[in-house]
Amino acid sequence: MDLSYGAEYEQYRGEVAAFLKANWPLEGDEAGLSHAEQALVFRKRAIEAGFLARSIPKAYGGSEQPADALRGQIIREEFGKAHAPGDARGIGTMMLVPTLLDRGEEWQKQKWVGPTVLGETTWCQGYSEPGSGSDLASLKTRGELVGDGWVINGQKIWTSGAHRADYMFCLVRTEPEAQKHAGISYLLIDMKQPGIDVRPLKMMTGTSEFNEVFLNDVKTPKDWIVGKRGEGWLVSRTTLKHERNSIGDASATEALFKGLLDLARRSKRGGQPAIEDPAVRQRLGEIEGYMLSHKYSGYRQLSAQLKGENPGLIATMNKLNSTNIAHRIAKLALDLLGDDGMLDPQGQGALMGMAPKGAPGWLSQYMSSLGVAIAGGTANIQRNVIGERGLGLPRDMAVQRSK
Amino acid sequence: MDFGLTEEQQLLQQTVAGFLENECPPVRVREIFESEDGFDETLWKGMLELGLGGLAIPEEYGGAGLEILDLALVAETLGAAATPGPFLGHALAGLAIAAGGSDAQKQRWLPALATGDRLGSVALVGEDGGWLPEEWSLAPGAALTGKQRFVPFAHQADLIVVGTAGGGLSVVERGAPGLEVSAYPGVDRTRRVCEVGFSSTPAEALESGAGAADRLRDAGLVLLAADALGGASRCVEMSVEYAKTREQFGVKIGSFQALKHQLADMAVEVEPCRGLVWYAAHAMDHVPEEAAHAAAVAKAHLTDRFMQVGRDTVEAHGGIGFTWESDVQVWFKRAMFDRAFLGQPAVHRERAAADW
Repeated sequence: MDLSYGAEYEQYRGEVAAFLKANWPLEGDEAGLSHAEQALVFRKRAIEAGFLARSIPKAYGGSEQPADALRGQIIREEFGKAHAPGDARGIGTMMLVPTLLDRGEEWQKQKWVGPTVLGETTWCQGYSEPGSGSDLASLKTRGELVGDGWVINGQKIWTSGAHRADYMFCLVRTEPEAQKHAGISYLLIDMKQPGIDVRPLKMMTGTSEFNEVFLNDVKTPKDWIVGKRGEGWLVSRTTLKHERNSIGDASATEALFKGLLDLARRSKRGGQPAIEDPAVRQRLGEIEGYMLSHKYSGYRQLSAQLKGENPGLIATMNKLNSTNIAHRIAKLALDLLGDDGMLDPQGQGALMGMAPKGAPGWLSQYMSSLGVAIAGGTANIQRNVIGERGLGLPRDMAVQRSK
Repeated sequence: MDFGLTEEQQLLQQTVAGFLENECPPVRVREIFESEDGFDETLWKGMLELGLGGLAIPEEYGGAGLEILDLALVAETLGAAATPGPFLGHALAGLAIAAGGSDAQKQRWLPALATGDRLGSVALVGEDGGWLPEEWSLAPGAALTGKQRFVPFAHQADLIVVGTAGGGLSVVERGAPGLEVSAYPGVDRTRRVCEVGFSSTPAEALESGAGAADRLRDAGLVLLAADALGGASRCVEMSVEYAKTREQFGVKIGSFQALKHQLADMAVEVEPCRGLVWYAAHAMDHVPEEAAHAAAVAKAHLTDRFMQVGRDTVEAHGGIGFTWESDVQVWFKRAMFDRAFLGQPAVHRERAAADW
């Protein structure tokens, strides 16, 4: 065990820091651009310098660097310190890009990968439907090939960012006669067209992040399909795996815990700071045990990745583990808020990777920690995955029968 | 950067696990568990032949000169197999003397502890409780008078390292006048505990015992956390195995989501903790400024997880899990030991909180 990065990597850290010093924040006219425009300008330079879009081939607008998880980690740390825009986030880079690189046609990669990793083009994911949640393969949205194009009719739900997205990657039933999973295709759809009706769903926090999307004779060209007809289920599996790995983020959990400590310092119990109350300290201490386990578990997985080893059972657990911890933090935060726990979060949305400040932020975290437990596979679905894929338990009979 | 085990460390764990599979299968554990004194000389000798008596004792005193992490990996493996015997007390006695003894004291005691020619133990809590060095109450001096409780395998021990008021450490040897050892009805029959009485009993203080007491405490906490990790992992395995074999309604009970989810939750309680135990053990030798905190958090967290998973394991086995006949009780009771020995989780959480 050696927790230092070593001289070679510390030198690399210096290179990253020097690049950031020279390139961020933007100066002159560029400093007057909007946040989004600044991010685009900066990302282009960072990709050219080999610091972002590292796993994306140069031919598709990436920097095509050799796989090196430690360099990746150093870049995240240094960019984070400098508050510089990192790799474009969102469902497009997280799920569509790996899928296209894996299964897409050459022209599809050329057209979409570059603008997506740059953050210029954004996507939404058309998977869930009102009647198809955990049993996603039961989906009913239909696609028919009419002449040179698909005509799509149906309804998607829980579609995050659909109101902003340029495109949707969508699971559509195109082979109604085929058996359940074999009847689905993976289609790409332009969101800016008649027939698409995006209606925001208001969340319990009072804000709107996801939507219902009604598709009414929506058109998309015949070749905007990833994989062959009827292969959509298999194609979508590549991406779901990516979503599950990327949500468990130990440093966000640590930041949340530190925020909780701050809240305990500022809140009062019997006229004293709550952090001095032994009962509060015990609960904080329990959470610290979970948080540090999650943190060092992350180190362990990063290290296994560096050595090309399979980390094993743990890889199936990250999401459930981090949402469990977020719940524990949320519950203690609500207790620390005392009477303010009756207040409304006043439209404060969820904060990804940052600790909330003030009562509205924590109240929002109290609610949104539940959202995270549902998005990307509910906690109970995660338990099935851990039980079946991790522990090798037999599959559920009802699920078996439906296949 | 490498947050993982070396090949040597993996080999060490495999060697110990292989040895235990042959020499200490569950049926043997049960025989020792049921025996009068819980001490199996053949098993302990076998462990000594593997070098487990002096893993972390410096090479110049006849040990292997390895680190706390290596010791913890062995403790984890022993915990997984619920290995009966005096490993914990013996290892801690060696660490105490290595950390606090003068050169002459080390020369005198360590080589025999390393080979296992002499068995060591530790007496770290008095009649009124208080496992922490600052809580120790037995008056130090050339002769000790008083009682210590929960001394592992004191009836077999050749020397006992005793915690004294002010945080010092003294060594009492077998056969010393006024030394009285009586078996204590401990719940964990794989790690027997005794009450030890001193009546003007000659003792020799370790030269820098006060400086060594904190390291002894932290190493003990890490070893208990490691034992709990091994035990809790084994509990999950036993429960999963049972769910894969037991049938009801014509199917394996592991296919029912109620049980599958409980088993998944048990695994999520335990598996992420492996890194915390590794880090706490590693910190003992390489990150001294974080060692005490990491050891406290690891002990509190792991022994709580082991206890909870032990309860879940009883439940997952149904009625059979509640019987004396079932092996589940062996691990369940080790969890009760790990949780209380050297202080309850709440004690160490409170200590860890001082660093926030």
